[in-house]
Amino acid sequence: MRLPEQVKRLGFVLAAIVAMVLLLRFVILPPSMFSAKPHQAAAVVREMAKPVHHAGVAACRECHEEQFQEKYGGAHRKIGCENCHGPSAAHAADENAEKPPRPREREFCLRCHAYDAARPNGFPQVDPQQHNPRKKCLSCHEAHDPVPPKNPQECGGCHGRIERTKALSTHALVACATCHAVDERHMTEPRLALPTKPGSREVCGQCHAPGSTDPAASKAVVDMAKHGGTYVCWECHYAHLPEGRK
Amino acid sequence: MSSAIPASLFEQLSHQLSQVTGFIYPNEVETQWAILIVVYPYITGIVAGAFILASLVKVFNVVEVQPIYRLALLTALAFMLVAGMPLQLHLGHPERAYEIFMTPQTTSAMAMFGFVYLWYLLGILLIEIWFEYRAQLILMAQQAKGVMKWVYSALSLFSKDLSPEAIAFDKKASKFVTIIGIPSAFLLHGYVGFIFGSVKANPWWGSVLMPIVFLMSAIVSGIAMVMFLYILVSLLRNEKLDMRCLDKIGLFLLVAIIVDFALEALDYIHRIYQSEESIGILAELVSSRLFTSMVIVQLLLGMLLPLVIIAFVRITRVNEDMRRLLYFTSSLLILVGIFSMRWNVVIGGQLYSKSFRGLMAYKMELTGIESLMTALLLLALPFIILTVLYRLLPPQWLEKNAPAMVH
Amino acid sequence: MNKREFLKDAILFFPAAATLQALAPAAEGSAETAKTPADYDATRHWYGMGVDVDKCIGCNRCVEACKAENDVPEEPFFFRTWIERYQIHENGETTVECISTRAAPPEQAEPEDPSVVRTFFVPKLCNQCAHPPCVQVCPVGATFQTQDGVVLVDAERCIGCRYCIQACPYGARYLNPKTRTADKCTFCYHRITEGLLPACVEVCPTEARIFGDLKGKADRLVRFHRVNQISVLKPDLNTEPKVLYAKLDGEVR
Repeated sequence: MRLPEQVKRLGFVLAAIVAMVLLLRFVILPPSMFSAKPHQAAAVVREMAKPVHHAGVAACRECHEEQFQEKYGGAHRKIGCENCHGPSAAHAADENAEKPPRPREREFCLRCHAYDAARPNGFPQVDPQQHNPRKKCLSCHEAHDPVPPKNPQECGGCHGRIERTKALSTHALVACATCHAVDERHMTEPRLALPTKPGSREVCGQCHAPGSTDPAASKAVVDMAKHGGTYVCWECHYAHLPEGRK
Repeated sequence: MSSAIPASLFEQLSHQLSQVTGFIYPNEVETQWAILIVVYPYITGIVAGAFILASLVKVFNVVEVQPIYRLALLTALAFMLVAGMPLQLHLGHPERAYEIFMTPQTTSAMAMFGFVYLWYLLGILLIEIWFEYRAQLILMAQQAKGVMKWVYSALSLFSKDLSPEAIAFDKKASKFVTIIGIPSAFLLHGYVGFIFGSVKANPWWGSVLMPIVFLMSAIVSGIAMVMFLYILVSLLRNEKLDMRCLDKIGLFLLVAIIVDFALEALDYIHRIYQSEESIGILAELVSSRLFTSMVIVQLLLGMLLPLVIIAFVRITRVNEDMRRLLYFTSSLLILVGIFSMRWNVVIGGQLYSKSFRGLMAYKMELTGIESLMTALLLLALPFIILTVLYRLLPPQWLEKNAPAMVH
Repeated sequence: MNKREFLKDAILFFPAAATLQALAPAAEGSAETAKTPADYDATRHWYGMGVDVDKCIGCNRCVEACKAENDVPEEPFFFRTWIERYQIHENGETTVECISTRAAPPEQAEPEDPSVVRTFFVPKLCNQCAHPPCVQVCPVGATFQTQDGVVLVDAERCIGCRYCIQACPYGARYLNPKTRTADKCTFCYHRITEGLLPACVEVCPTEARIFGDLKGKADRLVRFHRVNQISVLKPDLNTEPKVLYAKLDGEVR
């Protein structure tokens, strides 16, 4: 079949374009330009070579073993030095380089310790407005071993949310010790000596069983024999905010 | 830590952050794909749609539509030449865009863009136009003087054969290219729909129907654009308009709108019925941030109203002038409506948080690279190019100068 | 790589290696000395992170340390990691706030809200997915997963198309306004390959963040993975995240 003239011309142009592309791809240009792999490998190398800004506790320890030991037994033992002192790799490499700051302002400590309901139960928190307002934290607490000057009088120092919730409830005037037996060790090793929870209904029955003399509890008197099956009271009733009522 | 981001970006993001309701992941405050990425699918949609309309003539022998065949092709070409620009301008590193050709990752739909675009432009559109215009180019070369003589000769690839066999071959070749062109047009715009439809992270986008809906609305916008241009050009050039052709285009447009509407309605009904986790925030999105652009502009003004108008025109016997006016209005409404649809998909998908807990805002800049000004320029550019193409390759030249050659 | 690039990288190695050698004793816990790329075998590691939600106190130090370590813009629009604060009410409604975008810490404590039944902080970061959707969509292969399980971005090849940012279900990515390329948490790759901890883990005061090697034998994360009931974010999307959450509330997205 005779190819029409125009097809020959078009074919020639298209063939020329295709040939140029093939030539560029397989002959002229280096194969590394057509694969992402060598570039990815180079990127990994570049990434690994990026500068380090935080030195890490082990590096700080090399010169500041004393402070490390001071911190080691205290409540702040798990906190990396650079949490408070900022990125210090430059200082670790050359001690005469800019020294890491020593934060002394009240706001700095409050960032972790100011009361926020979302912080976990058992984390020591203070109400910034109530707890020695405007006073520097460091005037009573040593930053590397922050033992409080007095053992917390109330449980609310570490159990702020519970205390504040209870303060709104009908149990506001019920002391923590009424229902929870707390060992002294709980102040120093909280997780190893947990307070007790009432094991029997009699604990709540102190106030809520028939014949109770407590005027406040007389509004909620319950026949212990008939009410609630075999459950202990707090398995249904939230004792810190009974019935969710203020 | 570092700072000193461009002031305009800081202002835009500060404003957008202040408009957040509910909760968003902090990085979501920035609208990643903005107005330029709304313009891109709009333009490729018109390319695909105009080509599909043209293909009706060649492949399905709808002779009534023959008068706009060349206009449709030139429209497709004009928009095609602009299609890559919004993408290029949008990139963080436009100078590295060639990497899409060098190291395309085959798992990425976006990597296919370069190849699909080139294939469609070089392998389909230009070849189609060449076969269609070859005879005219040769004749124009013969008649022209000076530089234009060389331009036309070069465009015809210095071809000289005007024999009946050659002309017949042109027609056959054109048909063949169109047949390949239809699935190619589907691919050209379908992959754009797939870029969105395949994103499982975003339930507004990630849907099986997305490529289909995109394609169908592309066809609607392409047909509407050709209709709009046909009326506009005949008005500007004081040329006679073939009403039979216009009516036929109107019919195809009506069918396309109905199918598009059905598909989009199906998508919404399906979502509401299934009621997956995202339905809450998406319903809030549509009823608050997208109400005007979606319900009013896209649905009512851009789809239902034109549908009613065209149906009305087909059922009643209004006179020619009125029909022309109604078609013009409908096509304009549709063009705005489809643009709004692209906006609602692209921007809409970025106005709600992937946490399903909050809504954001997009403050379009007026000037700058990613701005209203650039978008308008890019939308105006195809019309300017079309004007040039129209003069370079007048669609009706053969009727006036060599009637014997008309297909 | 051509000769010029090789020489350039080689020249950069020496000061980098010298710095790394100086920091060598800082390698926590392990007996390995500072590694140069030549003796670091990525196939021997598969990094992940553990998050104990119960321990996070929402101090935001991790976010600040990350920004300092990795040159992240300080403006509140770009984060490699961030902290979310959840409040679940008795009627089932959940309120979430990102505390990392706050201009300043609150002046005073909020009055207690008795309708809140659960409230906690959740740290978020790139999950370094084993099946990363962001890698899947990159048109030029600029983002990729290393053999040790970290997803990195090649800032010299990224074209800034932002597709990866769209594809991430967790909002972990952003476009760096200075480099105009995609950016995200790298697990502090430059630190972990030296035996250091990521900056966020380094400064966390309560050990809410645990970094480790899932291929390790005696590894903090491996134990974490054993003794806790683990969840991941958006498991239905099959991204196989490598950030393992313990005690994660069902309301967390």
